[in-house]
Amino acid sequence: MRWLLIGIIVAATTAGEVLQAAGMRRHGEIRDFRPGAIRRAFAVLARNRFVIAAVAAMAVSFFAYLGLLTVAELSFAVPATAVTYVFETLLAKYVLKEHVNWLRWVGAALVVCGVVLVSL
Amino acid sequence: MTHEHARLRVKTWLFAVVVVFSNVFGNYFLKRGMPPALVTPLEYITVLFHPWVELGVLMLIVWMLSRMALLSWADLSYVLPVTAVGYVLVALVGKVLLNEQITVKRWAGIGLIVAGVALVSGGSAPQTAHPRPEAAGPGQ
Repeated sequence: MRWLLIGIIVAATTAGEVLQAAGMRRHGEIRDFRPGAIRRAFAVLARNRFVIAAVAAMAVSFFAYLGLLTVAELSFAVPATAVTYVFETLLAKYVLKEHVNWLRWVGAALVVCGVVLVSL
Repeated sequence: MTHEHARLRVKTWLFAVVVVFSNVFGNYFLKRGMPPALVTPLEYITVLFHPWVELGVLMLIVWMLSRMALLSWADLSYVLPVTAVGYVLVALVGKVLLNEQITVKRWAGIGLIVAGVALVSGGSAPQTAHPRPEAAGPGQ
Protein backbone atom coordinates (compact mmCIF):
# COMPACT_ATOMS: atom_id res chain seq x y z
CA MET A 1 0.00 0.00 0.00
CA ARG A 2 2.69 2.46 0.96
CA TRP A 3 4.67 1.74 -2.23
CA LEU A 4 1.60 2.26 -4.43
CA LEU A 5 1.01 5.61 -2.75
CA ILE A 6 4.67 6.54 -3.19
CA GLY A 7 4.41 5.69 -6.92
CA ILE A 8 1.40 7.98 -7.32
CA ILE A 9 3.11 10.74 -5.34
CA VAL A 10 6.33 10.52 -7.38
CA ALA A 11 4.55 10.64 -10.74
CA ALA A 12 2.22 13.48 -9.77
CA THR A 13 4.93 15.52 -8.03
CA THR A 14 7.36 15.24 -10.94
CA ALA A 15 4.71 16.33 -13.44
CA GLY A 16 3.47 19.11 -11.16
CA GLU A 17 6.84 20.63 -10.34
CA VAL A 18 8.17 20.57 -13.89
CA LEU A 19 4.93 22.16 -15.13
CA GLN A 20 5.17 24.74 -12.35
CA ALA A 21 8.75 25.61 -13.30
CA ALA A 22 7.78 25.82 -16.99
CA GLY A 23 4.83 28.07 -16.22
CA MET A 24 6.81 30.39 -13.95
CA ARG A 25 9.68 30.58 -16.42
CA ARG A 26 7.22 31.69 -19.10
CA HIS A 27 5.81 34.29 -16.71
CA GLY A 28 9.26 35.72 -15.99
CA GLU A 29 10.92 36.97 -12.82
CA ILE A 30 8.59 38.36 -10.17
CA ARG A 31 10.22 41.64 -9.11
CA ASP A 32 7.40 43.66 -7.57
CA PHE A 33 6.09 42.40 -4.22
CA ARG A 34 3.59 45.16 -3.47
CA PRO A 35 0.05 43.81 -2.87
CA GLY A 36 -1.37 45.29 -6.07
CA ALA A 37 1.38 43.81 -8.21
CA ILE A 38 1.02 40.42 -6.52
CA ARG A 39 -2.71 40.47 -7.22
CA ARG A 40 -2.01 41.24 -10.88
CA ALA A 41 0.56 38.43 -11.03
CA PHE A 42 -2.07 36.06 -9.57
CA ALA A 43 -4.58 37.07 -12.21
CA VAL A 44 -2.05 36.39 -14.96
CA LEU A 45 -0.88 33.08 -13.45
CA ALA A 46 -4.45 31.85 -12.95
CA ARG A 47 -4.76 31.83 -16.76
CA ASN A 48 -1.38 30.18 -17.29
CA ARG A 49 -2.11 26.67 -18.62
CA PHE A 50 1.11 25.25 -17.18
CA VAL A 51 0.34 26.61 -13.73
CA ILE A 52 -3.24 25.26 -13.82
CA ALA A 53 -2.01 21.78 -14.81
CA ALA A 54 0.70 21.99 -12.13
CA VAL A 55 -1.86 22.77 -9.41
CA ALA A 56 -4.02 19.82 -10.52
CA ALA A 57 -1.06 17.42 -10.44
CA MET A 58 0.03 18.70 -7.05
CA ALA A 59 -3.47 18.22 -5.65
CA VAL A 60 -3.32 14.53 -6.65
CA SER A 61 0.10 14.29 -5.04
CA PHE A 62 -1.16 16.00 -1.87
CA PHE A 63 -4.07 13.62 -1.26
CA ALA A 64 -1.91 10.57 -1.94
CA TYR A 65 0.56 12.05 0.54
CA LEU A 66 -2.16 12.42 3.18
CA GLY A 67 -2.90 8.72 2.69
CA LEU A 68 0.78 7.85 3.03
CA LEU A 69 1.11 9.81 6.27
CA THR A 70 -1.52 7.62 7.91
CA VAL A 71 0.48 4.44 7.23
CA ALA A 72 4.08 5.68 7.47
CA GLU A 73 6.36 7.69 9.72
CA LEU A 74 7.11 11.26 8.68
CA SER A 75 10.84 10.54 8.57
CA PHE A 76 10.08 7.71 6.11
CA ALA A 77 7.33 9.39 4.09
CA VAL A 78 9.12 12.58 3.11
CA PRO A 79 12.48 11.11 2.08
CA ALA A 80 10.98 8.12 0.24
CA THR A 81 9.26 10.45 -2.19
CA ALA A 82 12.54 12.12 -3.16
CA VAL A 83 13.22 9.89 -6.19
CA THR A 84 11.49 12.77 -7.94
CA TYR A 85 14.91 14.47 -7.90
CA VAL A 86 16.25 12.14 -10.56
CA PHE A 87 13.28 12.58 -12.87
CA GLU A 88 12.99 16.31 -12.30
CA THR A 89 16.69 17.04 -12.90
CA LEU A 90 16.52 15.04 -16.14
CA LEU A 91 13.39 16.90 -17.22
CA ALA A 92 14.99 20.22 -16.21
CA LYS A 93 17.77 19.52 -18.67
CA TYR A 94 15.83 18.01 -21.57
CA VAL A 95 12.44 19.69 -21.30
CA LEU A 96 13.15 23.01 -19.55
CA LYS A 97 16.54 23.31 -21.34
CA GLU A 98 18.36 24.37 -18.20
CA HIS A 99 22.13 24.26 -18.16
CA VAL A 100 22.66 21.51 -15.57
CA ASN A 101 26.39 21.73 -14.77
CA TRP A 102 28.34 18.92 -13.09
CA LEU A 103 27.91 20.46 -9.64
CA ARG A 104 24.15 20.20 -9.98
CA TRP A 105 24.35 16.58 -11.19
CA VAL A 106 26.61 15.61 -8.32
CA GLY A 107 24.46 17.55 -5.87
CA ALA A 108 21.26 15.88 -7.08
CA ALA A 109 22.98 12.45 -6.97
CA LEU A 110 24.14 13.04 -3.38
CA VAL A 111 20.63 14.09 -2.39
CA VAL A 112 19.17 10.94 -3.94
CA CYS A 113 21.72 8.68 -2.22
CA GLY A 114 21.01 10.44 1.05
CA VAL A 115 17.31 9.99 0.59
CA VAL A 116 17.70 6.28 -0.15
CA LEU A 117 19.76 5.82 3.00
CA VAL A 118 17.23 7.72 5.09
CA SER A 119 14.35 5.55 3.88
CA LEU A 120 16.11 2.15 4.18
CA MET B 1 26.21 42.51 -13.96
CA THR B 2 27.86 41.74 -10.62
CA HIS B 3 25.28 43.94 -8.88
CA GLU B 4 22.54 42.03 -10.67
CA HIS B 5 24.22 38.80 -9.56
CA ALA B 6 24.31 39.87 -5.91
CA ARG B 7 20.70 41.03 -6.02
CA LEU B 8 19.50 37.68 -7.41
CA ARG B 9 21.57 35.73 -4.91
CA VAL B 10 20.15 37.57 -1.87
CA LYS B 11 16.60 37.29 -3.22
CA THR B 12 17.13 33.59 -3.93
CA TRP B 13 18.42 32.86 -0.42
CA LEU B 14 15.58 34.79 1.18
CA PHE B 15 12.97 32.82 -0.75
CA ALA B 16 14.78 29.51 -0.27
CA VAL B 17 14.56 29.99 3.52
CA VAL B 18 10.80 30.66 3.33
CA VAL B 19 10.31 27.66 1.00
CA VAL B 20 12.22 25.32 3.33
CA PHE B 21 10.63 26.40 6.61
CA SER B 22 7.04 26.52 5.33
CA ASN B 23 7.53 23.00 3.94
CA VAL B 24 9.06 21.57 7.12
CA PHE B 25 6.40 22.99 9.43
CA GLY B 26 3.62 22.24 6.96
CA ASN B 27 4.66 18.57 7.05
CA TYR B 28 4.99 18.57 10.83
CA PHE B 29 1.51 20.05 11.38
CA LEU B 30 -0.01 17.59 8.87
CA LYS B 31 1.51 14.58 10.58
CA ARG B 32 0.44 15.92 13.95
CA GLY B 33 -3.17 16.23 12.87
CA MET B 34 -3.43 12.93 10.95
CA PRO B 35 -5.71 10.26 12.49
CA PRO B 36 -4.40 6.66 12.63
CA ALA B 37 -6.19 5.80 9.35
CA LEU B 38 -8.12 7.33 6.48
CA VAL B 39 -10.57 4.82 5.03
CA THR B 40 -13.44 6.41 3.10
CA PRO B 41 -12.98 9.21 0.52
CA LEU B 42 -15.10 11.43 2.76
CA GLU B 43 -12.55 11.09 5.54
CA TYR B 44 -9.90 12.57 3.23
CA ILE B 45 -12.07 15.69 2.98
CA THR B 46 -13.21 16.00 6.59
CA VAL B 47 -9.66 15.61 7.89
CA LEU B 48 -8.90 18.94 6.18
CA PHE B 49 -10.98 20.68 8.84
CA HIS B 50 -8.92 19.37 11.71
CA PRO B 51 -7.09 22.42 13.19
CA TRP B 52 -3.57 20.94 12.90
CA VAL B 53 -4.19 19.74 9.37
CA GLU B 54 -5.62 23.16 8.49
CA LEU B 55 -2.48 24.87 9.80
CA GLY B 56 -0.39 22.39 7.83
CA VAL B 57 -2.34 23.10 4.66
CA LEU B 58 -1.91 26.84 5.25
CA MET B 59 1.85 26.40 5.57
CA LEU B 60 1.90 24.31 2.39
CA ILE B 61 0.04 27.10 0.56
CA VAL B 62 2.78 29.52 1.68
CA TRP B 63 5.29 26.90 0.51
CA MET B 64 3.72 26.59 -2.92
CA LEU B 65 3.46 30.36 -3.50
CA SER B 66 7.00 31.13 -2.33
CA ARG B 67 8.27 28.25 -4.47
CA MET B 68 6.44 29.59 -7.51
CA ALA B 69 7.98 33.01 -6.97
CA LEU B 70 11.44 31.43 -6.58
CA LEU B 71 10.98 29.41 -9.78
CA SER B 72 10.07 32.57 -11.70
CA TRP B 73 13.78 33.40 -11.74
CA ALA B 74 15.73 30.41 -10.42
CA ASP B 75 16.33 27.13 -12.29
CA LEU B 76 14.44 24.00 -11.20
CA SER B 77 17.75 22.09 -11.18
CA TYR B 78 19.05 24.68 -8.67
CA VAL B 79 15.91 24.97 -6.52
CA LEU B 80 15.52 21.19 -6.11
CA PRO B 81 18.83 20.38 -4.39
CA VAL B 82 19.01 23.63 -2.43
CA THR B 83 15.57 23.22 -0.87
CA ALA B 84 16.47 19.60 -0.05
CA VAL B 85 17.91 20.89 3.23
CA GLY B 86 14.26 20.64 4.28
CA TYR B 87 14.65 16.82 4.42
CA VAL B 88 17.22 17.25 7.15
CA LEU B 89 14.99 19.60 9.12
CA VAL B 90 11.99 17.25 8.69
CA ALA B 91 14.03 14.38 10.15
CA LEU B 92 15.11 16.55 13.08
CA VAL B 93 11.56 17.77 13.67
CA GLY B 94 10.36 14.15 13.53
CA LYS B 95 12.92 13.22 16.16
CA VAL B 96 12.49 16.17 18.51
CA LEU B 97 8.76 16.86 18.30
CA LEU B 98 7.26 13.50 17.26
CA ASN B 99 9.74 11.18 19.00
CA GLU B 100 10.50 9.27 15.81
CA GLN B 101 13.71 7.24 15.71
CA ILE B 102 16.68 8.42 13.64
CA THR B 103 18.92 5.44 12.93
CA VAL B 104 22.61 5.57 11.98
CA LYS B 105 21.60 4.99 8.33
CA ARG B 106 19.26 7.96 8.45
CA TRP B 107 21.98 10.17 9.93
CA ALA B 108 24.33 9.09 7.11
CA GLY B 109 21.63 9.92 4.56
CA ILE B 110 21.13 13.31 6.17
CA GLY B 111 24.87 13.95 5.85
CA LEU B 112 24.81 13.16 2.10
CA ILE B 113 21.82 15.43 1.54
CA VAL B 114 23.58 18.29 3.32
CA ALA B 115 26.69 17.72 1.18
CA GLY B 116 24.59 17.82 -2.00
CA VAL B 117 22.86 21.02 -0.92
CA ALA B 118 26.17 22.70 -0.05
CA LEU B 119 27.67 21.71 -3.41
CA VAL B 120 24.84 23.13 -5.50
CA SER B 121 24.14 26.26 -3.47
CA GLY B 122 27.80 27.20 -3.09
CA GLY B 123 28.93 26.24 -6.55
CA SER B 124 26.54 27.68 -9.11
CA ALA B 125 24.49 30.72 -9.90
CA PRO B 126 20.76 30.16 -9.43
CA GLN B 127 19.87 31.02 -13.01
CA THR B 128 20.83 29.67 -16.39
CA ALA B 129 21.80 32.69 -18.46
CA HIS B 130 19.38 32.24 -21.30
CA PRO B 131 18.50 35.51 -22.94
CA ARG B 132 16.92 33.43 -25.70
CA PRO B 133 16.10 29.70 -25.46
CA GLU B 134 18.11 28.86 -28.59
CA ALA B 135 21.22 30.62 -27.23
CA ALA B 136 22.04 27.63 -24.99
CA GLY B 137 25.52 27.06 -26.35
CA PRO B 138 28.59 25.77 -24.55
CA GLY B 139 29.98 27.81 -21.67
CA GLN B 140 29.65 28.22 -17.93
